[in-house]
Amino acid sequence: MPDLVQMTINGVVVRVPRGSTVAAAVLLAGSSNLRRSVSGELRGPLCGMGICFECRVAIDGRQHVRSCQLLCREGMEVTIGV
Amino acid sequence: MSERSEFDVLVVGGGPAGIAAACCAAEATPRVAIVDDNPALGGQIWRDEPAPSTSQSAIWYQRLARLPVQIIAGTRAFAQAGPHILVAESEDGVCELAFRKLILATGARERFLPFPGWTLPNVMGAGGLQALARSGLTMRGKKIVVAGTGPLLLAAAAHLRQSGAEICLIAEQASRRHLIVFSVRLVCHSSKLQDALALRRELAGVPYLTSCWPAAAQGKEKLESVMLRRGAKTWSVDCDYLACGFHLVPNTELAALLGCGVEQGRVRVDDLQQTTVPDVHCAGEPTGIGGLELSLVEGQIAGHAAAGAPDAARGLFAKRKGLRRFAAGMDRAFALRPQLRSLPQADTLVCRCEDVPLGRLREHSSWRAAKLLTRCGMGPCQGRVCAPAVEFLLGWNVESVRPPVFPVRVESLTTTVTGAPPTLS
Repeated sequence: MPDLVQMTINGVVVRVPRGSTVAAAVLLAGSSNLRRSVSGELRGPLCGMGICFECRVAIDGRQHVRSCQLLCREGMEVTIGV
Repeated sequence: MSERSEFDVLVVGGGPAGIAAACCAAEATPRVAIVDDNPALGGQIWRDEPAPSTSQSAIWYQRLARLPVQIIAGTRAFAQAGPHILVAESEDGVCELAFRKLILATGARERFLPFPGWTLPNVMGAGGLQALARSGLTMRGKKIVVAGTGPLLLAAAAHLRQSGAEICLIAEQASRRHLIVFSVRLVCHSSKLQDALALRRELAGVPYLTSCWPAAAQGKEKLESVMLRRGAKTWSVDCDYLACGFHLVPNTELAALLGCGVEQGRVRVDDLQQTTVPDVHCAGEPTGIGGLELSLVEGQIAGHAAAGAPDAARGLFAKRKGLRRFAAGMDRAFALRPQLRSLPQADTLVCRCEDVPLGRLREHSSWRAAKLLTRCGMGPCQGRVCAPAVEFLLGWNVESVRPPVFPVRVESLTTTVTGAPPTLS
């Protein structure tokens, strides 16, 4: 059995392998878009290395966290699409 | 109040150059640290590498593990708090890092060029998708088009294929003629030749099209297909991801913030990798894109020099010279062709943070004017994505660095050891 971490994405419970980043977890959960741009376009990760800020999400209520540089933690609450 | 730590040598960036620098410094001086914004060391090239114990990365990790180097991961240096002090932010708070000598090993990022549809979800950097695949994203059964330019395309394609993806094709904008000249140079560098031959084996059966580039990414809510162009021919390929990057851009922002001279997008260094600012060295990609071997050599030179052992550094000069010559050949081989300037249309976004299309930039005559009137480059990435594209598309000189060098939380700006905010000028 792989070592899994349980967390929520927009309230839905997901389990992902420990060591995954939040960006990978959101894509694994089936959503390609993480946020809307200033003009309302859907956006997903671009650079994967903390440069472009396209993957920013809210984590446990804290806004604008780069999901590609943060590892998933047990009980983490992720909010995407805002 | 934030914590302050003090080091003889502080290394910013934990990729190959930073690891090599820290090892060489720590073998001569006691208090050495690496600060890196990612959760673990390795930079992009050694990120989560499933390495056999004989691999180059494993040998460096083992050397590092034997030394008392403090690793400060998940922490991003964003400003100066005063002479010889950086301020850094982590998820938990802010800290001050005081140093006697500083080594900047801040690496490189991918160059992105705009084309219609490039902002669609699932259009990513080639290194970007590879990074996600190494961070838990499964690739099994996914169809991927790899496009852009540079040796990274092959490395990314090989890794994604090993992870179970189907690589539909690799579109390299450079011409076959340029690549043949470059491959002749490979023969003189046996380790690079070995790498190239290994990649070729791993990519057996995958079409590699030179003089070919993406004309458009298509899809409704996410990528569905890529329109490719080669000569007079255009055609469409269905895929799940487009992994697209146009070689690399040195990360010079922190160096520029500290006042180090930067010329033609590269941090200026002397023979000992010292920048124009006393006590600040720089190694690896920020001094010019040169790849893994050159980063390791420059890192070692910087580490020896910062620890006061210049003679050990001098022994590596000849090796560095050969690798720099190779890097110059790589720059020529993968130079961007002018036709790529006509890829974006007037309504194609160039600045993805502020959603500024090319047509609005063309109303202005300089980066500064465009910034003031369109907000291009004023969003969270601070121009890291759009500025290299704007330089190529419009020929503008980009001056973009200001503190904090990354967006940070308000409390990080207001908290320091002394209670005073970090110097922001």
